[in-house]
Amino acid sequence: MNLATLQPLINYLYIIASALFVIGLKMLNRADTARRGNLISGLGMAIAVVATCLLAGMEFQWVLVGMVVGSAIGAVAAYAVKMTSMPEMVGLFNGFGGLASMLVAWAEFHKWRVEGWETYFKLLPAGAPDSPLYSGVAIVFTAIVGAVTFSGSLVAFLKLAELMPGKPILFKGQQAANALIIVGAFAASAVVCHDPTAASAYAAFYAVMAIGLVLGVTSVIPIGGADMPVVISLLNSYSGVAAAAAGFIILNNVLIVAGALVGASGIILTKIMCKAMNRSLGNVLFSGFGSGATAGAGAAVTGEVKPISAADAYFVLEAARSVIFVPGYGMAVAQAQHAVRELGQMLEDNGADVKYCIHPVAGRMPGHMNVLLAEASVPYEQLVEPGDVNPLMPTVDVAVVIGANDVVNPAAKEDPSSPLYGMPIIDVDQARTCIVLKRSMKPGFAGVDNPLFFKPNTRMLFGDAKATVAQLAAEFKGA
Amino acid sequence: MMGLLFFIFVIAVFLGIELIAKVPSQLHTPLMSGSNAISGITIVGALVAAGLPQGGAWVTVLGVIAVAAAMINVVGGYLVTDRMLAMFKRKGGDKP
Repeated sequence: MNLATLQPLINYLYIIASALFVIGLKMLNRADTARRGNLISGLGMAIAVVATCLLAGMEFQWVLVGMVVGSAIGAVAAYAVKMTSMPEMVGLFNGFGGLASMLVAWAEFHKWRVEGWETYFKLLPAGAPDSPLYSGVAIVFTAIVGAVTFSGSLVAFLKLAELMPGKPILFKGQQAANALIIVGAFAASAVVCHDPTAASAYAAFYAVMAIGLVLGVTSVIPIGGADMPVVISLLNSYSGVAAAAAGFIILNNVLIVAGALVGASGIILTKIMCKAMNRSLGNVLFSGFGSGATAGAGAAVTGEVKPISAADAYFVLEAARSVIFVPGYGMAVAQAQHAVRELGQMLEDNGADVKYCIHPVAGRMPGHMNVLLAEASVPYEQLVEPGDVNPLMPTVDVAVVIGANDVVNPAAKEDPSSPLYGMPIIDVDQARTCIVLKRSMKPGFAGVDNPLFFKPNTRMLFGDAKATVAQLAAEFKGA
Repeated sequence: MMGLLFFIFVIAVFLGIELIAKVPSQLHTPLMSGSNAISGITIVGALVAAGLPQGGAWVTVLGVIAVAAAMINVVGGYLVTDRMLAMFKRKGGDKP
């Protein structure tokens, strides 16, 4: 059989793959169809891979090595990762996608240099623009976005895994340096595109990749730990853009469609995260929020902190008819999700209505707390969003805040001078009683004092979140 | 053809925005890691570089590394998403 006749079949398979990605993403929108949606999208990926292997002239010995090694690493990492480490793992996987796109650009550039434009052009699909400038721009753009995704994701991974400090790293003239880097990227790109076969063009191409890698690092280091949900979503978007750009190099529809879908979904998530913090994307990316520059702003908080013992907290909870848990990053750090779920179950058995209210930016990635509570088998009907709970808050007997701080800070509503002012929060201060589990009186990530701790209906329960929750559960068992 | 590709790109961006805009926050993580796995579609470009003989050995080397990196993204991304979604349960414990 003449393999060249397979081209129409390959095109149809790419169309099917693109459709499966769309259907899969659609099904990821609902909890009861999400798992099947992910499978369908995976099936689309498998079809795209098979279709590509049908290309005329493919040789498989090295391809198989790459596929086996990559699959093995991916599978082991996916099964070994703990749920609390999910943010950094997602970031790392994302980085490898960016790396692959950068390498695809490099390989195409090299192929072009070796074969010359005439031959390279014939390798492109029929109908390709006979324009070295077009191909050059596509290659350079893919290389830069891929490189930024790769190194940016690596820095995000290191920060989230706490292998490097999570707080923003700022230096003098940082924004000027970034601007200079971007100018350099344009200059090097211009050299490559002007005459891609010239001797200087290869050096310029190395420069393009190097600049992309540096830019990824310099744009993520000034961003603090609590802003990571934004960064992770944004890098996710970049990896989609890089894949789509690679599609423009080899003129392949499935790359363009899938890449565009990911790029768009990443941007939407980024927007949701920014909105949940009432900050613009520019502010998140460039301000070095929480670096100390903003700390100390806001009205000084005065009042009395009222500590409570676990035994007394038990009596408050025992009498409660409705309880809302508000988890934050502190719950992830203390790995307290199972203990929290156990306590929640006991409260339910005691006749209370138990809900878990999760702020969109709680934790280190979008939906971080949802995953942890799901791991502890909290049914997803019990997870509620702030907008649905806040109006009912005055009727709630007890709000239990576990390792959350800035997302429950009433200064966001009451104090226009606070850096948090305007951020939508969970109104735990409106509940009849609010119990805050906290290790110490240290302010949260934003470095802003929290007037919640000084409210008359707030009680502070100091200690490690997991130990404290377990203690409360033990009181219930003993009763 | 170029015009057509840009057209496809723009339509796909709008489609993506429509698809994602109303996702509930409890699904943000699986959605992110699921779409992250889709960005591994760059595997197609990597396979072309690694599998076709044109360009010589260096193109094959770059292509094979790209295939491995993309496969980490694809396999890891899908498996980790499936692991997370397997934990999302309704009340009573029946899996969706």
